Amino acid sequence: MTEEKSPTALDRSDSRVRHDEGIIGAVRAFMDRIRSGDLGMLPVAVGLVLIATVFTSLNPVFLAPNNLVNLLFDAAAVGCISLGVVCVLLLGQIDLSIGSMSGLASALMGVLWVKMGLPVPLAILAALAAGALAGLVYASFLNRFGMPSFVSTLAGLLALLGMQLYLLGSTGSINLNYNSALVRFGQILIMPAWLSYLLAVLPGVVIVVTGLRAMRRRAEANLSNPGLSVLLAKTGLLTVALLIAVSYLNTGRGVPYMFGLFVLLVVIMNYALTRTKWGRSMFAVGGNSEAARRAGINVNRIRLSAFMLCSTLAALGGVLSAARLASSSQQAGTGDVNLNAIAAAVIGGTSLFGGRGSAWSALLGVLVIQAISNGLTLLNLSSSLRYMITGAVLAIAVIVDSLARQSRASHGRA
Amino acid sequence: MGSSQSTTGEPILRLRGVSKQFGAVSALTDIDLDIHAGEVVALVGDNGAGKSTLVKTLAGVHQPTAGSIEFMGRPVTLDSPGTALDLGIATVFQDLALCENLDVVANLFLGHELAPWALDEVQMEVRAWTLLQELAARIPSVREPIASLSGGQRQTVAIARSLLLEPKIIMLDEPTAALGVAQTAEVLNLIERVRDRGHGVVLISHNMEDVRAVADRVVVLRLGRNNGVFDANTSNEELVAAITGASENSVSRRRARKLEEMDHSS
Repeated sequence: MTEEKSPTALDRSDSRVRHDEGIIGAVRAFMDRIRSGDLGMLPVAVGLVLIATVFTSLNPVFLAPNNLVNLLFDAAAVGCISLGVVCVLLLGQIDLSIGSMSGLASALMGVLWVKMGLPVPLAILAALAAGALAGLVYASFLNRFGMPSFVSTLAGLLALLGMQLYLLGSTGSINLNYNSALVRFGQILIMPAWLSYLLAVLPGVVIVVTGLRAMRRRAEANLSNPGLSVLLAKTGLLTVALLIAVSYLNTGRGVPYMFGLFVLLVVIMNYALTRTKWGRSMFAVGGNSEAARRAGINVNRIRLSAFMLCSTLAALGGVLSAARLASSSQQAGTGDVNLNAIAAAVIGGTSLFGGRGSAWSALLGVLVIQAISNGLTLLNLSSSLRYMITGAVLAIAVIVDSLARQSRASHGRA
Repeated sequence: MGSSQSTTGEPILRLRGVSKQFGAVSALTDIDLDIHAGEVVALVGDNGAGKSTLVKTLAGVHQPTAGSIEFMGRPVTLDSPGTALDLGIATVFQDLALCENLDVVANLFLGHELAPWALDEVQMEVRAWTLLQELAARIPSVREPIASLSGGQRQTVAIARSLLLEPKIIMLDEPTAALGVAQTAEVLNLIERVRDRGHGVVLISHNMEDVRAVADRVVVLRLGRNNGVFDANTSNEELVAAITGASENSVSRRRARKLEEMDHSS
């Protein structure tokens, strides 16, 4: 690596920069970030506390363990769709047909499985392939004809809904077998307690191990380190929070496998976005697509991958929601599914303007959205009110995003 | 055409009759250009002479309407920026082409990250610091997004990025326009260092002082056509005449007026 070690670390030679070290430094850097408009997960944390306080005071059932377990079951389907939305939003594009796509996927799976007698895995694979195909079409429209994704996916919204209605025919809905593995997965299957505790501790272990390895490599390369205390403090906080959450859920039914699947997808997506060349290219194309092209990145291929991932994850969300409801119906994927998934991504901190965001925003955002929808259902509010309130929450989230963006621009951050 | 071919051997890059049309506008007409290893070719011309278009054509951003491009003796088609980069033609664009939302390290390695399936951030950061220190760059932190850097700092990052891949030819479009005195000198030093390592350098500049300081040959473009090749010792008047197309022009008139005033005052 470097030829010889100088007394100051390689990245500490500029005396004009204040270097934040240790826990106090980390807190100070965090405050600086917030002030400059880099809000990160703060809106979500504030939102969740607010929602929990309001709904619990109106109906104490809201915080009951089993209600939260239900909430997690519901969150998985929309969460998967939202994870796909993060991909297209990162490019500064949008997919408005995710709701219809999820509906079509659930219809396709229902027809292939129940009506035509195909094995479940094949039916699911066919639904996912239909999703990939839809993404391929949108990306080709964008790459070939320069058709804005806003328009092509709006057309797709109608077309896919039409296919869903056509597939389901006059009967309107297909009931799925209650005893099938898929429906049990969507409604009943819960992790054993030991597994849920193990999974709660695992992230902390992984963070410490990779963190220590990174610190050692940085020290060898004569680069500075933020300090062991920060790493341990962050990990400790995370692990304690996860353990409390899991033990609380375990006083009820426990942690659903379906939610575990969703979190696993989020973790994989997070790795892909932050630690691979593909992810770096996604952010580059979202930030400045012409610069990305001149750096030798195949922009068309990146767009293709994002749209295909988005539609495929939407299809997966449709399959999961069919499992959750034990039916494929004409109503699947209609109504607020579309906006909920997009709102979740934006609330979680993925910018509508491209180039900023993370896989975690799907997880955090969908928790907020599901908490609101769950709380409103507990209050027996009609869907008219629910739509209005969800709409208002989305508007607020976009306003926060826009304000934060302006503030970042004035503070010299992207 | 007054030319002085000081370098010998096969050129790395040879352009013959390259033309580029944007609709009815001919931005480049019948351009011939040779670039040899170990020489600095300055490309000068007035605004709209076609310098940036020529650079973008060689960088694979634009495709020429006619003409042939040979690289190391083989005819090539530069159909995308990736192709040009892979051949070894690196470019610093006038608009820098950086991603403001990514940090310095990510921008330096954009499209050529180390370990594509598990990015090697440590190694990339070390290479970034070493490269920037070679350029005597004043970048406070390589983990800040480009949006927080000044114009000159961004320029340095863009130049550093072009050097990362050890290109055969590096093209710099107005590299010193946004730089301070020390950074300009540093870039000129750097250009000489790159030349001495045996790379070809194409330098676009409006600053005749910079051009004469480092260029081995000066190629003048005017209205999208070759308008002469000069050596670095050519007088300013001659270059200006070639750039503007006449010896009788606003620049020479202004100079004459200045001289007259000085004569009067003395």
